[in-house]
Amino acid sequence: MVIDRQARLVEVQSWNDYFLFTLESPEIATKAQPGQFLMIKVSEFTQPLLRRPISLHNAEGPRLQIFFQIAGEGTRLLSQKKFGERLNLLGPLGQGFTIRPEFRGKEVFCVGGGRGLAPLYFLARELLRTGARPVIFYGGRTAADLPLQERLEKSGFEVLVSTDDGSAGFPGFVTSLVEETLKKRRPEFLYACGPDPMMEKLAEICRGEKLAGEFSLEAIMGCGFGACWGCVKKIRRNGQEKYLKVCQDGPVFPHDEIIWQENDHG
Amino acid sequence: MVDLSLDLGFLRFKNPVLAASGTFGYGLEFKPFYDLGLLGGFVVKGLYLKPRGGNRPPRLVETPSGLINSIGLQGIGVEAFCREVLPELAGLNTAVIVNVCGEEEDEYARVAEYLGRHQGLAALELNISCPNVREGGRCPAQNPEATYRTVKKVKQVTSLPLITKLSPNVTDITSVAQAAEEAGTEAISLINTLLAMAIDLETRKPRLGNIMGGLSGPAIKPIALRMVFQVARAVKVPVIGMGGIFTAEDALEFMMAGAAAVQVGTANFVDPDACLKIIRDLESWAEKHGINKISEITGSLQV
Repeated sequence: MVIDRQARLVEVQSWNDYFLFTLESPEIATKAQPGQFLMIKVSEFTQPLLRRPISLHNAEGPRLQIFFQIAGEGTRLLSQKKFGERLNLLGPLGQGFTIRPEFRGKEVFCVGGGRGLAPLYFLARELLRTGARPVIFYGGRTAADLPLQERLEKSGFEVLVSTDDGSAGFPGFVTSLVEETLKKRRPEFLYACGPDPMMEKLAEICRGEKLAGEFSLEAIMGCGFGACWGCVKKIRRNGQEKYLKVCQDGPVFPHDEIIWQENDHG
Repeated sequence: MVDLSLDLGFLRFKNPVLAASGTFGYGLEFKPFYDLGLLGGFVVKGLYLKPRGGNRPPRLVETPSGLINSIGLQGIGVEAFCREVLPELAGLNTAVIVNVCGEEEDEYARVAEYLGRHQGLAALELNISCPNVREGGRCPAQNPEATYRTVKKVKQVTSLPLITKLSPNVTDITSVAQAAEEAGTEAISLINTLLAMAIDLETRKPRLGNIMGGLSGPAIKPIALRMVFQVARAVKVPVIGMGGIFTAEDALEFMMAGAAAVQVGTANFVDPDACLKIIRDLESWAEKHGINKISEITGSLQV
């Protein structure tokens, strides 16, 4: 966990309100694990006051990548950063995804909804490297919400896409696509990141299929490193229900630990 | 060379910058960022006798230059703190202060008594002012009599110096400060957060699970400064000022208004090493202004 005040923005790609930034931040990049995140300062002033939590999309050599969507004032300011600018990053933060040795040679599902695809690219690369066979499910409202489809396919991943409006791939929710696929294929594990209702539904599907998995949660965060206790979600662990910190205990949790109805969607 | 140290009678600080309770975890969270021994001190998150679950999320909402929180003092409780955390804080060479909480007046005394039996603490900060634990933000610091009783009770069970932390959610903060002084507090810290709320227009729901919360950050600094000024004039015990301090210039304003020391809160979230930068900048400001001893600034406001 380091503060890098000099992370240089070396490449900017964008599709409507989706952005892919490549940053030079050697110390953070070499430490980063799939599922971890950064806290990024978006303003040098007091408005907005707090850093923004953004998940790591990739890390390779001295470089890291973030993929985000404009969702409010913070991400809007972040999207306006220009090539060559220096960003102030804090990271890598949180507990990432666990990759088990027994996944070797087995199929593993990675399900992303919209901007929730962000951490799954890094994860899928790592799965591939360790001998697992990742299948990426990529769902969006429309075809315009799937800007990374080509990148994923070019990287050699099997990618199954869905759109709510049927403008690309499977017509319907990505959760329905997962359900359909599960009738034919049996993965060893399922990872997911996306809107809460999507993950709640996936948790229900996994429960029915007795399929283990880990989901990455999103939360409003004060600090990102466990000091403020502001980002908690209700989690059932070791027979006890308690508020755990998304930033420090997560953002990745086993899906059967997350208590959805206690946690506001939003 | 500027002398940053200060002697408050009951305690010597190596510099006037302390990290504020509720924004500094149990201290350990900041160990990866810098040597905590460089701080004047730090105040760990509020502790009750027992572990506490805290409030329903969402617990944070940003407002212009501010942050509203409704954490609700989630924490591990004083026993786990003394067993698991306190040994980790030993030998840090800074003033470790514990923020003491209580559902009832008796609980404050029991927490203080428990802490007093352990080594390694420089003082206790009496949190009679958290707006997030009772309905409508009620707390002992809203009432001079309740403040007097609570401070008095705690004084009777511990020999550790007491810093009483006041609430800004009152009509006359000086009368509460005087009650704390009369009951024997060694120092007063202020301000805790301002009771506040924010609404989501689309859902027509409060943005916080607990409806209301406490506002902190630069948005509250002018109010905090005014209250520190008022209290410093009304009591003889040292005053520790806080409320939206993000820079050395902010800290200097509080000191000129009468604060002997300051606490830095919300800034720790934005820059984990915020306190360190403030200490360095205080020193260079003093150097530039030919000030040999930082404590000379306290109360130097020209009115």
